[in-house]
Parts: sequence; C-alpha cells; structure tokens
Amino acid sequence: MDDIREKLRNAKLLPVGEAAVLVSFDTKIDPVVHQAVRAFAACLEQHPFKGMTEYVEAFTGVTVFYDPAKICGEGLLQPDPEQAYSYQAVVRYLQKLLSGIEIAAQDEPRCVRIPVCYGGAYGPDLEAVAEYHGMTAQEVIHLHAGGAYLVYMIGFAPGFPYVGGLPACIATPRRKSPRLAIPKGSVGIAGSQTGVYPLETPGGWQLIGRTPLALFRPEDQENPSLLRAGDRLEFYEITQQEYEAMENEGSVPRP
Amino acid sequence: MSIRIVKSGLLTSLQDLGRTGYQKFGVLVNGAMDTFSLRLANLLVDNAPGEAAMEMTLQGPELLLAAGTIFALSGADLAPTIKGKAVPMLRPVFVMKDCILHFGGYRRGCRGYLAVAGGFDVPVVMGSKSTYLRAAIGGYEGRALQAGDTIHTGICSESMALIRQRMALRASEEPFVAVPWFVDTAFIFESASIRAMKGMQYDWFTEQSCRDFFSEGFLVTMQSDRMGYRLEGARLALREPREMISEPIAFGAVQVADGNPILLLADRQTTGGYPKIAQVILADLPRVGQMVFDTQIHFSLVSQREAELRYLEQEKYMETLAKSIWQKLEDEAGR
Repeated sequence: MDDIREKLRNAKLLPVGEAAVLVSFDTKIDPVVHQAVRAFAACLEQHPFKGMTEYVEAFTGVTVFYDPAKICGEGLLQPDPEQAYSYQAVVRYLQKLLSGIEIAAQDEPRCVRIPVCYGGAYGPDLEAVAEYHGMTAQEVIHLHAGGAYLVYMIGFAPGFPYVGGLPACIATPRRKSPRLAIPKGSVGIAGSQTGVYPLETPGGWQLIGRTPLALFRPEDQENPSLLRAGDRLEFYEITQQEYEAMENEGSVPRP
Repeated sequence: MSIRIVKSGLLTSLQDLGRTGYQKFGVLVNGAMDTFSLRLANLLVDNAPGEAAMEMTLQGPELLLAAGTIFALSGADLAPTIKGKAVPMLRPVFVMKDCILHFGGYRRGCRGYLAVAGGFDVPVVMGSKSTYLRAAIGGYEGRALQAGDTIHTGICSESMALIRQRMALRASEEPFVAVPWFVDTAFIFESASIRAMKGMQYDWFTEQSCRDFFSEGFLVTMQSDRMGYRLEGARLALREPREMISEPIAFGAVQVADGNPILLLADRQTTGGYPKIAQVILADLPRVGQMVFDTQIHFSLVSQREAELRYLEQEKYMETLAKSIWQKLEDEAGR
C-alpha cells in the first residue's frame, strides 16, 4: 500500500499537446506502478472535472484528455506565459486529486480464462516457436497455458490486451515478414509479450493458437472490451472440436 | 427523405466529431479529418454541429437527391454540379426536383463534407455515428458508402421545415436554388506552416533532427490515409537507441518510426510505442485534413500557450459563425 502511495505522491504531470496531460508514475512496467495507475483511474472516474473528455490507462500512467475551451484558466496566480492556462488549471486540479486519493482496499482482481486451441491451422507458428527454443510444441503449450498473466492496459485495437507475465523461456522475436492478415482471435507471442488479436489486422506476431472468445463486443456499449486493465488472465488448452463447438455457441446473439 | 448513392466515389463515409470516451477499451476515436468544415456544414443546415455528415475524399460520389432535400457542402472543393450547373458551396442549397449531385474531381483540398438538414438517420454506436472501418461499426452498416445504398435523413429543425415549405411554393425551373450569402473559410487551404508543440519524446532526438524537423519540408506520401500521413524528408534520429513503452496518442501526434515521421490523424490507434517528436496544434488540424498527396508540410514550433490561444480563437470564430448563420436561416424562414 505504501509503495503505491509513494508512486502516487511522486507522479509527474506532462503536457500531451494543448488538450491532454499525462500523469506518469514511472518509466518502467511494474505491478506496483500498475496499481497506482488503477487507483488514479478509479479516482478520476469518481471525480471527473468539467471539460474532461476521457482518460486512457497505460503501462506507466494515465492520459487525461480535455477540451481547453471548456476549462477556465482565469484566476490562476502568476500563470506561466509559455504554458496553456487551461493546462495549468487541469494540472492544479489533478495534483489536488493525487494528494487526496484514498486507496480503497483493492478489489479482488477478476480472473478471465481464455480457451485456446493451440497449433495446427490455428497456431501456424507453434512449431517454429518450439524449434527456436529447442522444445517440443507440447512444452510450449504447457508453459504458455501455465503462466500467470496480468492485463496492464487495453489499446492499439479495440479490446486488445497488453499482457505481462509470459514465461521468459518462451519469449520469441517477431516474425521477419509480417502477415498481411492475422485472423481474429489469434493468440501470439512477440518478444516478451503475449496477446490475443480481437480483430483481423496485419501483424508480425508468432501465432501459436486461437481462441473462440470474442474480445471485442461492440454490441455491449457499456463494456465493449471483454478484458479490462487489472484483470488476471489464464489460458487453457482446448481441442479443435471444443473450439468449433464454442465458436458456434458464440455465434448465437446475446440477449 | 433519403439519399441514394449512385456511385461511391473514392472513399465516402459518414463521420461526426468522433467516438470519444471509449479509448480506454482500445476503440478508436475516428470522426471527421477536418472537424471545422464538418461543423460548418451542419450549422448551414441548422443541425447540431456534431451531427454526422458525408466525408468525401478527392473523387466525390454521385448522389440521387430527392426534392425537398436541403444540403450544404464544405471543406474541399470537389467540383460539385447538378445537371452540369455548378453547385455553390458553404451555404444551404434547396433541391427543387429529384436530381443527381455529381462531383467532377478535386480542385482544392482533399476532403469535402456534405451535411443534410436533419442529419443522417443511422444508429449511434458508442455515442457516435462515425464509421469505424476496420471494426466495421458505426456509420452506414460499419462501412464506406457503396453504389446502391440508401441513407435516410433525420428530422430537420423547425426553421428548416419552414424554409422547405416556402421553397415548395416557389415556381422554379431550376433543379436547385441556393442562397446568395456564404461563409468564407479559405483559411483551411492556406499553405502556411503547420504549427506544432514539442512531442513527449522530443528530447530523445538529436539536436540536428529537432532542427531539421522544424526547418525542412516534409512530403505527404501516397501511403497516407485517415489513420495517418506518412511523411518523407530529413531522416530523424534518436540520440541513442531507447526502449519505448506504449502510451496513449492524441490527434495530431507526430511519431517517428525508422527515421520517418508519421502524422497520426482521425483513425489513429489509441496507443503506440514509437517516440513522438511533435504534436500538431488543434487549430491547424483542419488544414492538415485538407492536404493532398505530394504536398510539402513545413512545421513551426510554438508554445503550448500559443496553441491554446489559437484554438480558443478558432472556437470563438466558430461561435460567431454559428450565430450569424442562425440569424440568416431565421430570415430565410421568415421568422
């Protein structure tokens, strides 16, 4: 708790243009930094300010977007002539918020289990990854499914999780030539990251499997992303038959 | 009322001011590339400024308009005509008889906007009507408009309904009638330098690179789209190789990958892991949205305070325009 408080206390506030500010807690990826990010985002959710448009959580900080025309920078004591007055007013507000954050007892993190059909047509790079590490494909699956993962942030594409916790022994460089289209649901490894593609996109990740779960659910306007920053993640192996059964089930429209 | 798409044009999609509030889920903002022109087109037909309009790129579509439709064109001049007669931009135009609105090609600017009185009646997805092409959501069935599509228009304002009634009584041989007044927005095509602030990782770049960025010109290459403009010019180098942790990105960020800058725009991804040398000021983004391939961009460095002042000035101007347009429309409505 104290280490989180320290991160919050030592936050740096930096301008992102004239309509956003980055509240940065560190320059490295770390679970404690992540807790500070979560605590601050929760606080902003409770105490938004007039003119704030949205906030985005990331690995090491939270970026707060606002409309400078809706922020009153009048009445600032000796404003800095180089800095936008709206920025200075927002910084003052956020600093006040930071100094008063009550860290609630952390909610038990959600644990989301992701079924994965490894290898074969769904994971065309599984063999190459195994070969790269001098392992069998089954060993790679075992290690990948055995990891304890944390969702640090959602970004890049809708519902795409930036996940920490890949066992170092199966970290694998990206493919030399990226694929033009990676199918939706693909589970991949890129360096020390693992993740799931919510939409078909081009990319250079090593694809080791695929999940039938929909990570991006635009029909749920409140929560279009299956995963949230702070979630614990587990991957578990399913057969192709199970995959197909789940996929068919998933195609039934939700109530 | 409805509009039928006879030909799609190069890239025609419905866009509004964007899908804000969902970036924390990785959902892109999207929205018009030139939000100034989008808002203006809407004001000219008495819509809320953030209503969705058609964004047309370089080669506009061919549209079948029904008698009684009131529309306004803003942004790029894409040579609009009806029955061979030029259709004036930046003012409300009243369609007297069913007719085809045709666009001949681009004369000035890159993106034209067409707003109709009442707006477009498409579902609001996560607070916005903007088309999100890759995720296939928003706009018209989540995609760019195609030949054969029919889009319905919404319910227009009272003044617009009054104007429509008045126009219907007028005997006219012409397929359309336009008001004589218009708004001058030539500033969005000015070739003056694009103003920018230092980006988050500005200090990571060599002094030479920082100097070059704000003094040399950069070419907008063909590999440019709504996501971003890939620029070509002086190679930009970091002082030393550095690992960058992905962080959120704002409209107008200039990130550098492989020594070349990319100016990130309406369809930018929500987060990115490349260092950012600069951030274009809000007030200059409409001009950026109107740049065509092969033009040179020059950047000039301004302070954050300067950026704020220019933005507030532009918002003030928009407010003034809104008031005077509203007054003109009231006059047209005979109120």
